[in-house]
Amino acid sequence: MTTHSPPPSSVLRVRCCSSAGCLAGGAAELRQALTTAVARRELQERLAITGVGCLGPCSQGPLLAVDPDGALFAGVTAADADGLITALAHRLQAASSAEREAPLAWTPAAGEQVDTERPFFTRQRRIVLEHCGLIDPERIEAAIERGAYEQLRRAVQECTPAEVVETIRRSGLRGRGGAGYPTGLKWATVAKMPGERKVVVCNADEGDPGAFMDRSVLEGDPHRVLEGMAIAAYAVGADRGFIYIRAEYKLAIVNLRRAIEQARRRHLLGAGLFGSPFGFTVELRVGAGAYVCGEETALIHSIEGQRGTPRPRPPYPAEAGVWGLPTLINNVETFANVVPILREGADWFAAIGTEGSKGTKVFCLTGNVRRGGLVEVPMGTSLATIVAEMGEGCPDGAGIKAVQTGGPSGGCVPASLLDTSVDYESLKELGTIMGSGGMVVMDHSTDMVAIAAFFMAFCRDESCGKCVPCRAGTVQLHGLLQKHLGGDATAADLAQLEALCHMVVDTSLCGLGQSAPKPVLSTLRFFRDEYVARLRPQPTAAAAGR
Amino acid sequence: MPSAIPSAMLSSATFEALEPMLRRHHRSPDSLIEILNQSQELYGYLGDDLLRHVARSLELPLSRVYGTASFYHLFRFRPPARHSCVVCNGTACAVKGAAPLIEALEQELQIDLGACRADGWVSLGSVRCLGTCSAAPVVVIDGEVRKHQTVGSVLAAVRGLDAEHELERGSEPQP
Repeated sequence: MTTHSPPPSSVLRVRCCSSAGCLAGGAAELRQALTTAVARRELQERLAITGVGCLGPCSQGPLLAVDPDGALFAGVTAADADGLITALAHRLQAASSAEREAPLAWTPAAGEQVDTERPFFTRQRRIVLEHCGLIDPERIEAAIERGAYEQLRRAVQECTPAEVVETIRRSGLRGRGGAGYPTGLKWATVAKMPGERKVVVCNADEGDPGAFMDRSVLEGDPHRVLEGMAIAAYAVGADRGFIYIRAEYKLAIVNLRRAIEQARRRHLLGAGLFGSPFGFTVELRVGAGAYVCGEETALIHSIEGQRGTPRPRPPYPAEAGVWGLPTLINNVETFANVVPILREGADWFAAIGTEGSKGTKVFCLTGNVRRGGLVEVPMGTSLATIVAEMGEGCPDGAGIKAVQTGGPSGGCVPASLLDTSVDYESLKELGTIMGSGGMVVMDHSTDMVAIAAFFMAFCRDESCGKCVPCRAGTVQLHGLLQKHLGGDATAADLAQLEALCHMVVDTSLCGLGQSAPKPVLSTLRFFRDEYVARLRPQPTAAAAGR
Repeated sequence: MPSAIPSAMLSSATFEALEPMLRRHHRSPDSLIEILNQSQELYGYLGDDLLRHVARSLELPLSRVYGTASFYHLFRFRPPARHSCVVCNGTACAVKGAAPLIEALEQELQIDLGACRADGWVSLGSVRCLGTCSAAPVVVIDGEVRKHQTVGSVLAAVRGLDAEHELERGSEPQP
């Protein structure tokens, strides 16, 4: 913390996106070039260069924002650094306030200034991501300045665990991992379990291809998740926590490790928090590449150092989870909602969204879409608003054919049904799911049978092999889909494909198998003609008789 | 088992770098996956001796250690190629054209996806989503994530690796 801050108007700040998406485009080099340019002009005191989490429109990265006005620039490269710092230095030296407040006379050579009045920004409501892209995730001070750990303190010092559970229950928050189980109910179940020792687990095994919400939250605002977990631990009576994160998320792992260590040093995690007997420690468990570990019983096995195979439920993890202890498992985004609910109140949260789905949902808008990236919208927003208005449709004016939600466990919503509101029930009715939040836009060049085969190949590779319907069923289904793609399938194959889908749904042990056929079933429902058009022409009766 | 003694001596001498990690986890069987992750990071792959060392250190049957390790996709049991070329095959990358990239690379490197070239110089793999979908299609070469790839750009990159190989082979005395 600075002891003598100059008046705010004389300090400028450049926020560089340091999220994985922008890093792939050269954001690290850009940030280094900016820091060097500032040092060369000895402007460190008045011009701060900070790394922040995701700024939103990732498809246009690398991104940076200039404060105090928050002007957002896209497509910035290291070669632009000198020009930007020159322009900012000019502003710092400006004599009149009019000059200081004039728009920045600079644009990146190959990029542009992003108009933040576009629907992509104005249609958002940021609750989970409220500090993402604003704070430096490497500094706990930055999070604390914005109130991090204050709700944990208040919960521990001023509320009973039952009051915290009740607040979450009244808020109407539902699990953001995909299934949408009421969070308050889950917390209450674990809280009611007898026993001295309980465990809280954060599921950060974000395996759905096309989804990176959890990665963005963990990279951009890790303390938000840690505080949410600690509050949950207080509410259910747990003293140990695990974050199970996939190994592919290198930066999120680094940021989380640092955040846990920082919080521990400041006694915001550990024993006897805020002068109370309540203590909570968090450990990171890094996965090793197995999609099925997103399933809660498989995840528990993996935390215990075993093969990540699921087991039948009951007993549910709330009764017997990690080492047989009562265990609360929530997704990253669910935990990230806890702090604002406690801060603003359950009624505030319950006023956002629809009757059955409260609050907001973070989506990753990708695929054939002009403006892709990370968006957070109130529940009940229509798919058309997200895809056509915020995402501005397909590039090159191509029409939208379908929107895929829910990853390999979800389905494809055809363009004709894009008016559907985004909430748990409406999406379920269409044969897809909210899922974790991947939203892949497909234009008319997309082959829906190929998409179904793509997801089936994924599930076939990721099936753990424990139960037969999933192990053998996904192989057979993939074979049938390949037959369709190759133009060798008959009407009987199509009928078998459909029947087998239902069998695998009905008889698989865990969520992976139960939902693996969903992409097939949903494309069969809305794009059946594409399957039929590929069928091998039936020999006519005359030809057969010859 | 007569081979157990020399193997143990070899292990304790060779895998010393793993010791701090084992101690931090109190040699608890629960930490198996953490230990395996760390082992692969330190030694590049999980060889038989290393797996035996882990099993002994955690007091677990070797079958349990191997059974767990072989379950997870990220563990490998043979030395990795010098260079790795990994194509992301997540939904967004698939929609944006990962398949032509894989096809072109298979042809250029003369190997199938998931294989390593016989000379051990380069391997071609795929990954199910890196979560950098806005950069689709994505290819990772030697850990560096490259966004918005085309057939031209990936071929240029792997040809660069091969040029390097030629140079190295040229300067090496042939055995």
